[in-house]
Amino acid sequence: MTTAPAEAAKGALARYEAVIGIEIHCQLKTASKMFCGCSTDIDGAAPNSHTCPVCLGLPGTLPTINKSAVEWVIAAGFAIEAQTPPATRWDRKNYFYPDIPKGYQISQYQLPLAANGRLTFDTSAGPVTVRIRRAHLEEDTGRLIHQEMAGRRASLIDFNRSGMPLMEIVTEPDIRTAEQARRYAEELRLLMRTIGASDAEMENGQMRVEANVSIRPIGREAFGTRVEVKNMNSMKAVERAIGFEIERQAELIDGGDKVRMETRGWDEPSQSTYHMRPKEEENDYRYFPEPDLPPLMTTPEWLAEIATRIPELPSVRRARYTGEFGLSSYDANVLVNDASATALFEGALAVGAGVSPKLLANWVTGEYLRLAKGDAGGGSVDPVELAALARLVADGAISGTNAKEVLAEHYASAAPVASIVEARGFRQISDSGALGKAINDALAANPAAVADYRAGKAAAVGFLVGQVMKATRGQANAAMVQTALRERLEAAE
Amino acid sequence: MADPTRLHAYEMATLLRSGEASSRQLTEAHLAVAEKQNRALNAWLAIDREAALAQADVADMRIAEARRSGADALARLHPLCGVPVGLKDLVSVKGGQATAGSKILEGYRAPFDATVTARLREAGAVIMGKTNMDEFAMGSSTEHSAYGPTANPWNLGRVPGGSSGGSAAAVAAYHAPVCIGTDTGGSIRQPGSMCGVVGMKPTYGRVSRYGIVAFASSLDQIGPFGRDARDAAALLHAVSGRDERDATSAPVPVPAELLDLPSSDDEAAAYLKGLRIALPKEYFVAGMDPGVAARIHEAVATMEQAGAIVEEVSLPHTEYGLAAYYIIAPAEASSNLARFDGVRFGLNDRTSGEFIADYLRTRGAGFGPEVKRRVMLGTYALSAGYYDAYYLKAQKVRTLIKSDFDAVWAAGFDAICAPTSPVTAFPLGAKLQDPVAMYLVDACTLPLNLAGLPGMSIPAGLADGLPVGLQVIGAPWSELSMLRLARAYEGITARAPWRALEPAELELTDDPTTPSPIERMERLTATSAGAGDQSKRT
Repeated sequence: MTTAPAEAAKGALARYEAVIGIEIHCQLKTASKMFCGCSTDIDGAAPNSHTCPVCLGLPGTLPTINKSAVEWVIAAGFAIEAQTPPATRWDRKNYFYPDIPKGYQISQYQLPLAANGRLTFDTSAGPVTVRIRRAHLEEDTGRLIHQEMAGRRASLIDFNRSGMPLMEIVTEPDIRTAEQARRYAEELRLLMRTIGASDAEMENGQMRVEANVSIRPIGREAFGTRVEVKNMNSMKAVERAIGFEIERQAELIDGGDKVRMETRGWDEPSQSTYHMRPKEEENDYRYFPEPDLPPLMTTPEWLAEIATRIPELPSVRRARYTGEFGLSSYDANVLVNDASATALFEGALAVGAGVSPKLLANWVTGEYLRLAKGDAGGGSVDPVELAALARLVADGAISGTNAKEVLAEHYASAAPVASIVEARGFRQISDSGALGKAINDALAANPAAVADYRAGKAAAVGFLVGQVMKATRGQANAAMVQTALRERLEAAE
Repeated sequence: MADPTRLHAYEMATLLRSGEASSRQLTEAHLAVAEKQNRALNAWLAIDREAALAQADVADMRIAEARRSGADALARLHPLCGVPVGLKDLVSVKGGQATAGSKILEGYRAPFDATVTARLREAGAVIMGKTNMDEFAMGSSTEHSAYGPTANPWNLGRVPGGSSGGSAAAVAAYHAPVCIGTDTGGSIRQPGSMCGVVGMKPTYGRVSRYGIVAFASSLDQIGPFGRDARDAAALLHAVSGRDERDATSAPVPVPAELLDLPSSDDEAAAYLKGLRIALPKEYFVAGMDPGVAARIHEAVATMEQAGAIVEEVSLPHTEYGLAAYYIIAPAEASSNLARFDGVRFGLNDRTSGEFIADYLRTRGAGFGPEVKRRVMLGTYALSAGYYDAYYLKAQKVRTLIKSDFDAVWAAGFDAICAPTSPVTAFPLGAKLQDPVAMYLVDACTLPLNLAGLPGMSIPAGLADGLPVGLQVIGAPWSELSMLRLARAYEGITARAPWRALEPAELELTDDPTTPSPIERMERLTATSAGAGDQSKRT
């Protein structure tokens, strides 16, 4: 791996090096569950309404493989530059818990669908590459809900989530800072969304991030005792929880205590981690090959076919934006990191012949994202309309100020740009005859400004331009007005 | 019409098509005898008269409609249309019980049909009920059923074999012409042998396992019992073939010729001419009943006289089969049985207020001793640090056993003949105290499950008044050839005196004073308890 230049060592990281590995579970975007035909559209559904004998683990039921889930993991494997073996297989991970109906989870142990990958991402201290050990496919569990019922403590189980397809992606312990951890997770999320494998919304559990965190004195080879951190429900929480954990462990060691092997949870209100359960020894999951499923062969033809479906990846796209279009790496990042911005930009580029990519990029990163992230959220911009608007501005047909208003109205109402411009009377006056009267009026009405200019205060022309713009309700071509005013003021001297 | 219960399924098919019999008549007759004799045999855990008669009426309507539509429509009906059939009580039938012989599934009602059930319905077969079995198919005597043992119709004091003992006994006792069983290490063939009926374990992947309560997934296969090769073939035909719901079921075509085995004995016998049969020396083990050895050698000699070429072969890894099997089967079982946790169905004990404790109590109360033994064996074999030494090594042995058989097929043999079981039906209780002695009964059958091969047991006469089974082992997907061989053997032995015999103690089962197998077992337990408290099985 390549490591970013040392970040400003603050706090514990001045004395210790953190060693962090990340495990991410992503719910894959498939129509049906991993091993049965149940719909995956379980958001807000009544408990246990999306279940069948298979995902309830009833006696005699057997799993059948969801091909599309397999293809998503293979696609993700390509995206992280991992290898897919010619034959993979399924393994049973055996353990008891009431939310796991078969008493085992079908997963992949020895032969994951993707192995030995890597992911490069930017941090405040430069680019970092993290090795990814494996990405494999497995099924989700049900959900336990604990509540009082008739005065008794009761545990209810909703099996809607049981059998949902999950991809687990595990890094090597290559991550060194909380920021790197967050950035890794963000970049992976972007990757999943780009290839379409997962919506990866952390808030509703489509993406779950767990971190193994340990620290060691700078320069020491041996790993410290690691602590597993869970319950991080946002990217911000990932960074804060890991940062907190590093400081907590440093304080323990500094105080002469030992770090305990345990699982800790992130508590958002107190901004701290808390003890969930001890992890003295590894669970014995008694993995063995799943006898109900034959090994899965991944033929070169199949892999090649999946590869053709992978869209341009974020890293390639950023390079194209900066290289080919000359965008700043900041703008390229802003465009690439937001799927709707990317789509709008690419769409407008496709139709916007004659408008420079840079100009379109400015509209998307500026006005569009301001609208999309503002209170008015929920609207959209048609790339064809954005291209049309940008061309109007470039041609001087409407003013930049008015164009912003047009975009805002289009965003909210979806009305075509042309009709908004028409209805609001925003078409710019670039006809010198039409401008002449307004200029005359302005000169006549503001003798003081005229005198100022002639006395050498060149800035006074700005005031006069403003007057013309005001009189034309912003429709005048400001550049033409300024040129015409200068000509008039100097000619009449 | 003669006693309908003595008819073969293919004979019933003829009568149903000609209108000489109705499915309702046939079903009534079989229900009556099953209901009457079940007390003494305990072959059935459930007889569903109402559902059976309803299915019979539907079959009668289908047949009547086909008759109106002409000869073609009639010919398109499956031979099992309107024919009564029994299912081992681990086959799911929508709305019905599937106890798998266990207390832990008491009260469970399957909300779906197994693929086997669905295919039988499609064929128009009449499902009479569910037959007794060793708990979760773990056993070789049906004594490990939580609902009491089944008696052998040839000698009511003896076991019918297992685990599909209920199905074998029901077919032997004429309660149904055909029944479904499952075979993980011999559970169709061995009770077939001990009850004097035909039983076949098809090639792994031939019959869908969907809806069959699992014992050991890589070894379980579903197969038919019948009183002859033709009936067994018809049932195999009805349930076979690729099923999208079982990823291990194979897309191998089901031969239509299964329904065209020769009716003429002479025509059937001709199949043996030039057939190369291998006799594996390792299957004639020390400790086998001399009577069994004698019958098998006679059977082979009879086939030789009919033109078969018989040669001795070696299957050198046979002796490791049992050990490998008792790693792999319990390992898979320990995982397959984890779902019986009292959370979603079946027995549950929720008195502790803590779910781990409830789980342990439920399983403690719900599983019998043999199941617990195998769950512990399997859990141990899969544990970290032991996996390589046990499970992985057993899988290597499995490969070696398979290559033993491959060599025989490569040498050009058409089939292997061997004893099905080294012993005839043993007395109730005889092997209950000694699990290893019980396991050894399957020494000649379980290697096939490890190799995934088809095998069948066909009646080959009696030894001391008890049936002996000849095991026919075939190459993968050679069921049709095996059934032709079996049919040929029936042809050349059609006039043998033992062919005409009915199970010797069948008449006793009509007598209400005959003790039930449960009563017999209770007496045995009382006796052995008196002799020194050995009643507690562990």
